[in-house]
Amino acid sequence: MIRYGTYVKVWLGLLLLTGITVSLAGMNLRSLSIFLPLLIAAAKSGLVLAYFMHLKYETGLLFKLMIPIVLATLTIFIGLTFSDVAFR
Amino acid sequence: MNEHETYTSSKIGMWLFLLSEILLFGGLFILYSTYRYKNPADFHHGAEALNRIFGTGNTLLLITSSLTMALSISSIQKGNRKLSTLLLFATIFLGFLFLVIKSFEWTAKIHHGIYPNSLHLLGRSKGEVLFYGLYYAMTGLHGLHVLVGLFVLSVMLILMMKGRINAVRFAPLENSGLYWHLVDVIWIFLFPLFYLIT
Repeated sequence: MIRYGTYVKVWLGLLLLTGITVSLAGMNLRSLSIFLPLLIAAAKSGLVLAYFMHLKYETGLLFKLMIPIVLATLTIFIGLTFSDVAFR
Repeated sequence: MNEHETYTSSKIGMWLFLLSEILLFGGLFILYSTYRYKNPADFHHGAEALNRIFGTGNTLLLITSSLTMALSISSIQKGNRKLSTLLLFATIFLGFLFLVIKSFEWTAKIHHGIYPNSLHLLGRSKGEVLFYGLYYAMTGLHGLHVLVGLFVLSVMLILMMKGRINAVRFAPLENSGLYWHLVDVIWIFLFPLFYLIT
């Protein structure tokens, strides 16, 4: 059973990351301006998936494999799409 | 099947559904990334036209609703039904506030003549037409998911008040929570892509 305090700490982490991503939006970061917010979004999602959605505490491999497999599928979709679109 | 097996298999069922939802929104994200790649300036202008304060507020609302959701499940597992009911109600309320703010944003845009197929929008550049089309489609589909989530959570609230969800039987609440967290995760990506990336 997960303690309330753990959830509250995750929430604080999410608030912090939100603050960071909003402040970054005000700056002119050139080539990083797409990559960094997406990286932060991935970190926030990682926190929600691992703690709120309980993946960190699941026994066995089944649940922990599902998300990486779906992400790999999407990466392939996006990658193949860009391998077409980028060269037109 | 014994109780543990039904508990686990219901969880697997919900996770499989969530994976299909990720692929659903993933398809729309692919559209977004392709059209953004081809129309960077127009997407930049579109992002500037959206209200960042509303967007950030909505992000905070959903993140907090995920906290109250997780705490609600934790507290019913510890046998604290009163606290769990209160937290579940808070989750629903925060989700409702999200939809209220979303409706402010949409009505403001519609009032300015910006909505799919409006004459005003069609008069703008092709990239902007695509940006707003994706904005309405993706936040609309997401909003629909929030609305469905609110219905599901309300049913869970009623079940909990009747004692049908309790310290030994909480799988429906947990699985509803999984759905709700996914709705949060999707918004975590929608927010920077539409409001922040310039």
